[in-house]
Amino acid sequence: MPLITCRDAINQALREEMERDPNVLIMGEDVALYEGSFKVTKGLLAKFGEKRVIDTPISEAGFTGMGCGAAMVGLRPIVELMTVNFGILALDQIMNNVAVIRYMFGGKVKVPLTIRSPGGAGNQLGAQHSHSIEAMLMHCPGLRVVVPSVPADAKGLLKSAIRSDDPVFFVEHEGLYGVKGEVPEGEYTIPLGVADVKRAGKDVTLICLSKMVYVCLDAAEKLAEEGIDAEVLDLRGLNPLDVPAIVDSVTKTGRALTVEECWLTGGWGGEIAAVIMEHAFDALAAPVLRVASADVPMPYNKALEQAAIPDVGRVMARVREVMKY
Amino acid sequence: MKDKKEATQLQTQELLAMYRDMVRIREFEEACPSLYSQGKMGGFLHLYSGQEAVGVGVAHAIHKDDYMIAAYREHGLILAKGTPPGPVMAELFGKATGVSRGKGGSMHMFDPELRFMGGYGIVGGHLPLAVGMGYAIQYQQKDEVVVCLFGDGATNQGVFHEAMNLAALYQVPVVFVCENNMYGIGTAVGRASAVEQLYKKSCAYETPGVKVDGMDVLKVYEEVRQAVHRARAGEGPTYIEALTYRFRGHSISDPGTYRSEQEKKLWKERDPIPNFGRWLVAEGKASEDELKKIDAEEKQLIEEAIRFAEESPDPGPEELWTDVYVQS
Ligand SMILES: Cc1ncc(C[n+]2csc(CCOP(=O)(O)OP(=O)(O)O)c2C)c(N)n1
Repeated sequence: MPLITCRDAINQALREEMERDPNVLIMGEDVALYEGSFKVTKGLLAKFGEKRVIDTPISEAGFTGMGCGAAMVGLRPIVELMTVNFGILALDQIMNNVAVIRYMFGGKVKVPLTIRSPGGAGNQLGAQHSHSIEAMLMHCPGLRVVVPSVPADAKGLLKSAIRSDDPVFFVEHEGLYGVKGEVPEGEYTIPLGVADVKRAGKDVTLICLSKMVYVCLDAAEKLAEEGIDAEVLDLRGLNPLDVPAIVDSVTKTGRALTVEECWLTGGWGGEIAAVIMEHAFDALAAPVLRVASADVPMPYNKALEQAAIPDVGRVMARVREVMKY
Repeated sequence: MKDKKEATQLQTQELLAMYRDMVRIREFEEACPSLYSQGKMGGFLHLYSGQEAVGVGVAHAIHKDDYMIAAYREHGLILAKGTPPGPVMAELFGKATGVSRGKGGSMHMFDPELRFMGGYGIVGGHLPLAVGMGYAIQYQQKDEVVVCLFGDGATNQGVFHEAMNLAALYQVPVVFVCENNMYGIGTAVGRASAVEQLYKKSCAYETPGVKVDGMDVLKVYEEVRQAVHRARAGEGPTYIEALTYRFRGHSISDPGTYRSEQEKKLWKERDPIPNFGRWLVAEGKASEDELKKIDAEEKQLIEEAIRFAEESPDPGPEELWTDVYVQS
């Protein structure tokens, strides 16, 4: 299998879906001529032309709503929000239109819209450019939330997202675009809502997604040296949530730790902890512990920023804690 | 006016101060790329080189007690307002002595004493803050104004229109200055805005809109001065479009290849600093030697600022948790 970056895997998914279905088009800030501020849309304008690869003004609420409207009458738009920080300006359209329209109109219309957006922290971009909003999106019924970690997943999940008749918010981590992985050749899709065991283990389940998958895999390798065998469960998305996979893994290990880049308070880790208590309480040998970002707006200073985001050391320390029970 | 000679004298001082401020900003900005590549700074870095005449024209047209608020391309603006380069550089280094104590970085400079009310990273997000500040000034019956600076891209945000409407509705003392450098990252104005003459966007709100040459510090100064005068007189907001150019890419990581060499060259010839310098000499306001002396002094000042930033301490680890709330 060829080794390619997440960036290229996403680009392949976009290209293939646009080739397959003429109703698929992409729109966003600097996606066409500039080929994307993270270069994800490279080559698309040249191949598909400006009617299908559309540079929009800096009007997030406007063009997200425009995507929603187009989706309601037959297109399958992909809206790129340059980063989720700016996507927050479109949150009105997302929460008051995109997510609710089908339900509100008694199922008489569908909104096959895909919203893609890079997010996350780690590049000293300060408080207004470092958000992780997965937890907020998960809170919102009607909206699918997909968050891949490795290139192969990114490609297969994005293709499913584009083909989905439900609106999907697809979060790409800015720090993962350059990460390489094996991507199968030829056509394949990955269904939404299926978690993936990225490392099998028997002592504790590390539940994570996106960039934190790599942090957990690192931590698991180091913990193995201490004789702790951790399973790394990559959720790959938050809606649909793969409850059976969570239950299976925790039933096997008896211990769970959620690891997320969202803020601790109101983050998705709390939701997962509740799900485990509701569905797998008897299997638990210890309380579910959470690792998350500090409840502070992201600081610019590099050392402070690193201290705010979960790292291998913190994950290991919490695992040791959960093993004490 | 007392004495004609004295007046000319005063004016010359002001003119030289304008020149000095522009040179300071240019020296500061042009020192940044190499410091950035040495790893002394992180994050985004949006440089102001080329746009100095706008910030300096604005800053000289207002009083010390007047407010300025800006987007993320604001190093030059906070310097124009009078903040010393040391703490500005220290902020870029993420140091505890920085203007936002190392927590803000390039896009989030702040100096309440000099009434620089911040740089903001969300395009258009700060415009309604300016309206609120204007409202507070009016409410407290103060003799102050707010100048709000933003890029051409911001005028396509819904919040731009909301802010313009609110400002006009409440007749707040706010001067909106759109720095039209003709690009939002790689997208030219004509490809993003249905209305290319951006000053016309204010007409929907019955707010005076004017266009000014943003490469000419005196023209900017004059236009802003009149707008500020109107604002102080209770005649409400004004919207100024200053046509300018950024000499560098959008940010440090942008090579700016979407702009032709021809275009860049044409604008480079309109560089506001040497052009103003030549004018000062031609008008007999200063000799070439005097200007060279200013250039050298400002270069020195920026070197000191870099040293200050280098020698300053990092914020302590406990700073991660400070200032989330006033009382914790
Ligand atoms: C709401 C929002 N959308 C997108 C961005 C990403 N972005 C940063 S700067 C920029 C271009 C802004 O152009 P303009 O307002 O003309 O200012 P200039 O950079 O030219 O000074 C964009 C799209 C952002 N910061 N905020």
